[in-house]
Amino acid sequence: MKIGVKVMPRKEVLDTQGRAVESTLRQNGKQLNACQVGRYVVLDLPGEDEAKAMASAKDMAEFVLHNPLIETYELERL
Amino acid sequence: MSQKIGVLRFPGTNCDRDVFEAVEGAVPSTGKKPEWLWHADRFDAKAYSALYLPGGFSYGDYLRSGALAARSPAMQSVREAAERGVPVLGICNGFQILCEAGLLPGALVKNAGLRFVDDWVDLKLANANPTFARAAAEGSAAKLPVAHGDGRFVIAEDGLKRLQDNGQVWWTYEQSPNGSVADIAGVMNEKKNVAALMPHPERALYAWMGGTDGSGFFDV
Repeated sequence: MKIGVKVMPRKEVLDTQGRAVESTLRQNGKQLNACQVGRYVVLDLPGEDEAKAMASAKDMAEFVLHNPLIETYELERL
Repeated sequence: MSQKIGVLRFPGTNCDRDVFEAVEGAVPSTGKKPEWLWHADRFDAKAYSALYLPGGFSYGDYLRSGALAARSPAMQSVREAAERGVPVLGICNGFQILCEAGLLPGALVKNAGLRFVDDWVDLKLANANPTFARAAAEGSAAKLPVAHGDGRFVIAEDGLKRLQDNGQVWWTYEQSPNGSVADIAGVMNEKKNVAALMPHPERALYAWMGGTDGSGFFDV
């Protein structure tokens, strides 16, 4: 079972990558209010029990996939 | 007291030899020999009188700088040693690893200017450390090289206040090269046995290197 982990920089932490991408888009005439850059991790987990898979994805997200001081994460069933 | 000093090596560490030789250079005064410690192996936390986490790009900086190294077997032993009060110094990527391991507060993110900075910086000693650079007086200056892309120290406001109230801010930049909160270049844990900084003292040992302010970090 595949679970996606979306990791995004916290609003209060300056998103340097987002800022750089935003500036390139603007320089090329693209209209946008803001741009944020995060990371997407796809976990392929054993078993068919969705609740179990979500629990183990949460465990992994909290163990290493995100740093709570600077990032937030969301899980989704793929 | 052990006569050995451990120097950690992760895949991608690249200042390991410099740090090892800096510790070796201090052998005539300390009598303590450096020894390599490999990331994939646990070690005896009681066997070393100090531990060094050198700079570099451990695990290719994948995921986040220091994130994967912080969860390696050797770091479990570093944690045990730190809990026993063994002095631990992190330099550059070593700083990032110690923050990721939760042994130091805060996190290090991409420089505010987006660029990798490679320069000499002027530092001020905010609070002295009992082990590393212990001879320097509080308020005194040091000049050391920096070379990093992810050197901007960030911490929430309440965390910063705690750091300042407890005297855990170790070094500050006179002019921050990376946009760090409160110009912080180095911090310590509450017990002050775990300390780290972004600048590289091992690159400032002899006059021919451009400065000697780094020598006091290795005679532990």
